[in-house]
Amino acid sequence: MVEPFGFIGVFIAVAIVLASVPLLLNWVLAPHKPNQIKSETYECGIETQGDTWVQFKAQYYIYALIFVIFDIEAVFLLPWAVAYNQIPLAGLIAMIVFIVLLADGLVYAWRKGDLKWA
Amino acid sequence: MDPFTSIGLSLRDLLAALGLADWFIDLIMAALRAAILGTVALLAFMFLTWLERKVIGRIQDRLGPTYAGPIGILQPIADGIKTITKEIIIPKGADRAPFIVGPILAATAALAVFAVIPFGPDTGHGPLVGTTLNVGLLYILAVGAAGIVAIIMAGWGSNNKFAVLGTFRAVAQLISYEVPQFLSIVTVAMLAGTMELGQIVQIQHVPFIFPLFLTAQIFLLSGVAEAGRSPFDLLEADSEIVAGFHIEYSAMMFALVQMAEYIHAFAISCIFVTLFLNGWAWPFLPGLAPIWFLVKSFGVFLILIWFRGTLPRFRIDQMMAFNWQFLVPVSLVNVILIAILNRVLVVSAGWSASDPNTAWPWGLAMFAANLALMVIVLGIMGRAGRQQRMRDEEKVRGRSFAAATGK
Repeated sequence: MVEPFGFIGVFIAVAIVLASVPLLLNWVLAPHKPNQIKSETYECGIETQGDTWVQFKAQYYIYALIFVIFDIEAVFLLPWAVAYNQIPLAGLIAMIVFIVLLADGLVYAWRKGDLKWA
Repeated sequence: MDPFTSIGLSLRDLLAALGLADWFIDLIMAALRAAILGTVALLAFMFLTWLERKVIGRIQDRLGPTYAGPIGILQPIADGIKTITKEIIIPKGADRAPFIVGPILAATAALAVFAVIPFGPDTGHGPLVGTTLNVGLLYILAVGAAGIVAIIMAGWGSNNKFAVLGTFRAVAQLISYEVPQFLSIVTVAMLAGTMELGQIVQIQHVPFIFPLFLTAQIFLLSGVAEAGRSPFDLLEADSEIVAGFHIEYSAMMFALVQMAEYIHAFAISCIFVTLFLNGWAWPFLPGLAPIWFLVKSFGVFLILIWFRGTLPRFRIDQMMAFNWQFLVPVSLVNVILIAILNRVLVVSAGWSASDPNTAWPWGLAMFAANLALMVIVLGIMGRAGRQQRMRDEEKVRGRSFAAATGK
């Protein structure tokens, strides 16, 4: 057995089964009587107008961009964190400089007003 | 040897006596462990729905469920029977594949976290229930991200404008709060020197909630936001966008979404217990490790219920500001402070987390530093808040009622 990822594979398979079996049971047990009005889109009783999948507020996109900066940071920070107890002082200082540089990006976005919900 | 391990070993002997191949026994044992783990999570979900309704009821001066069984304990089963016999409605124009796969993926992603949660110590026969993964913390983050994909699938597939709005909010919230959550996890990995959750528990001679007081709070807050629970439940704000991304779901599909949410919240409590509250450790009866672990986890979940019963929902701009202008800067400062302070304590005083003799003085010194940082941060926040209020009042001052209302 290839622990640990073998077990994780088995576990995810079991989790999918645990999630889909009630759904299948529901499909078997419950009635199926769809009609025109029942399968309308529910938007508080008002008939839906136009396309749902439209272009949307750009603000969300800016947050996603800032998130990417910090997500890349994750790749570098975690290995450093695990080795933290063994690395010399230089490694510590280097990582602090790295974090400060990243924080700099956040401060820039802040000063530009990108963190303000408009 | 604890009772759980001995049951597992005797079962393995029984299978071996049947003359099965080794790999097949391994597979059966893995599947059994997985099934037990999943079932425990599902039972915990059922129990937690009851607990939450009961406690919220008490907070709001109601009784909560009372009819089904004594003190309403059978309510989750009644709910289960009800949801399973309701009709599944797939709305007109829905994108069927993501609409159906969404809830299943959400539930799977929420359950998958439990594969690495250490419910008890490794006694030499392998881990108690799940598995020991040397990149456990990273795995938790990765699986959490899969939950976001599930929400996008569910919301986008519904062909409903409220659902799409909820999806956008959900994505903005979940990716934002992943940053402080990740930064608090980094702090733990730094002190523990490992990403394996079982080892993190074993290295805690002093529960990490003391040396990492601030980190624990950041983790809990961002965890509540990640689980999409009140006060961060913008993704399903009932009064604004009806139910957000799961507006079109009915019957078992809805129950699966709900299940994913509760299990995610419970997983957050379990991770919190593992990282900060010394996991399964308890002063007496160490053989019952999983029981103590669950007791602590339910305790942390009670805090989440308390949040929900007490705090009103944030507005979306407040929610984003709280993350990017408060939690992220604070956790960045926190990482740097912990890194420097721990190094100073190790080098100058010789105190360290991994030495049982000096762990307590080390932990208390770190705790004091955490409190100092908290006082500074709250001071800065309070000042900024006062200035903002003064500016706002300045704007309003001198403006008459008539000018303000246009009458």
